[in-house]
Amino acid sequence: MEAYISLLVRAVFVENLALSFFLGMCTFLAVSKKVSTALGLGIAVILVQTITMPLNNILYQGVLKAGALDWLGLPEVDLNFLGLISYIGVIAAVVQILEMAMDKYAPALYNALGVFLPLITVNCAILGGSLFMVERDYNLSESMVFGFGSGLGWALAITAIAGVREKLKYSDVPDGLRGLGITFITAGLMAMGFMAFSGIQL
Amino acid sequence: MSNDTKKILLDPLVDNNPIGLQVLGVCSALAVTTNLGTALVMSLALTAVTAFSNLSISMIRNHVPSAIRIIVQMTIIASLVIVVDQVLKAYVYDLSKQLSVFVGLIITNCIVMGRAEAFAMKNPPLISFVDGIGNGLGYGLVLMLVGTFRELLGSGKLFGVEILSTVNDGGWYLPNGLMLLPPSAFFIIGLLIWGLRAWRPVQVEAADFKIKEVNGTEAV
Repeated sequence: MEAYISLLVRAVFVENLALSFFLGMCTFLAVSKKVSTALGLGIAVILVQTITMPLNNILYQGVLKAGALDWLGLPEVDLNFLGLISYIGVIAAVVQILEMAMDKYAPALYNALGVFLPLITVNCAILGGSLFMVERDYNLSESMVFGFGSGLGWALAITAIAGVREKLKYSDVPDGLRGLGITFITAGLMAMGFMAFSGIQL
Repeated sequence: MSNDTKKILLDPLVDNNPIGLQVLGVCSALAVTTNLGTALVMSLALTAVTAFSNLSISMIRNHVPSAIRIIVQMTIIASLVIVVDQVLKAYVYDLSKQLSVFVGLIITNCIVMGRAEAFAMKNPPLISFVDGIGNGLGYGLVLMLVGTFRELLGSGKLFGVEILSTVNDGGWYLPNGLMLLPPSAFFIIGLLIWGLRAWRPVQVEAADFKIKEVNGTEAV
C-alpha cells in the first residue's frame, strides 16, 4: 500500500508530466486562458489517462512484451516494435467510445467535456504516460495508480497556469512578450516551484 | 526552384515558425534540448516524419472520407515514426536511449498532425513534401538555438566538445546548473519568442485588455 501512495505522490508532484517532462505542452499553452475550460480539460485528461493506462498495460504485458506470447506457444516473438501504433490505437478508440458513451448516458457531462475529448487523442501526456509505463515496466495495479496520478498532476498544472493567466491579462506586458512569450516564462517559474518537490524521498 | 516552392520552404523558418508563431510541437522542443546531439537527432527525425507524412497523406487525400481522416493520418504517422525509431535504435543506440519516449511522441507532435490537416489535405504531393521539410527545419532551428544556449551555458560544451573550460576541470567557467534543468527551457523559448517578435513586429499578439489612458487633470 505504501508503495502505491508514494508512486501516486511522485506521479502528481515530483514527476509532473507537464512541468518536468513537458508533455501535453501544446494543449497546456493553447487551452489555458480560462480556469473553467482548463479544469474541464484537466478532468477529461484524468479520465482518459486512468482508463487507457491499464488497458495499454494489459496489451503490453499480454501481447507485445518479449516472450509475452508464451501462452500461444510462441516464446521467441517480440512485438515491441508494434507498441507505438497499438497504444495510439487504444487511446484513439477509448476517446471515441468515451465520447459516444457520455453523449448517451451523461449528456450534461458531455456538454461540459465533449469539446475537449478530440483534443486528447493528440495530447502527448496520454501517449507519453503509456510510454513511461512501458519503459518502467509497471504492473497492472501500478499502472492504474500511475495513470490516475499523472492525469491529476497534469490537471493541477493546467488549472494553476490558467489561474495565473487570467490575472496576467490585466498586466502591462512588453509588446513582443504578450501572449505566448510571457506564458512560457510563467510556466518556467511554475516549473521551478514544482522542483521544490524533487528532493522528497518517499 | 520556383518562387512559390522557395517561399513554402523558407517561410516556416522565421515568418511562420511552427514553435514561435503557430505554437505547435512545443513538448519535445523543451525536453530534448539539454545537449545539441539529441536536439539534432530529434530535428532530423521530425523533419523526415513530417515530410514523408505530408507526402503520403497528400497522395491519398482525395480518397479518404473526411469522417475517418484523423485515424488514417494517425496510422500513417505512427508507421513512419516506428520506422524512424527502429532506424535510430539500429544506428545510434545511445542517442535513442537518451531520447527515451520522445521519439515515440513524434506521433502526437502537433507539427506533424497540424501540417497534415492544414496543408497536405489541400495541396498536391510534391509541394506538401517541401512544406514538411520547411516546417521540420523551422522546428529544428529553434531546437538547435535552445540547445546551443543550454549546453554551452549549462556544461560549457557544444556537441560534447569543451568550449568553456569548467571550474571542475581546473578552468575558469562556473557552469550554470539551472540551464540543465527543465525551467530554463521555458525561459529560453520565452525570450527567443520575444526576440523574434521584436524583430518581426507583425507577429505580436493583440492585447486582450487595454489599459485606458487618463489625462492627469481629468477625474477618473
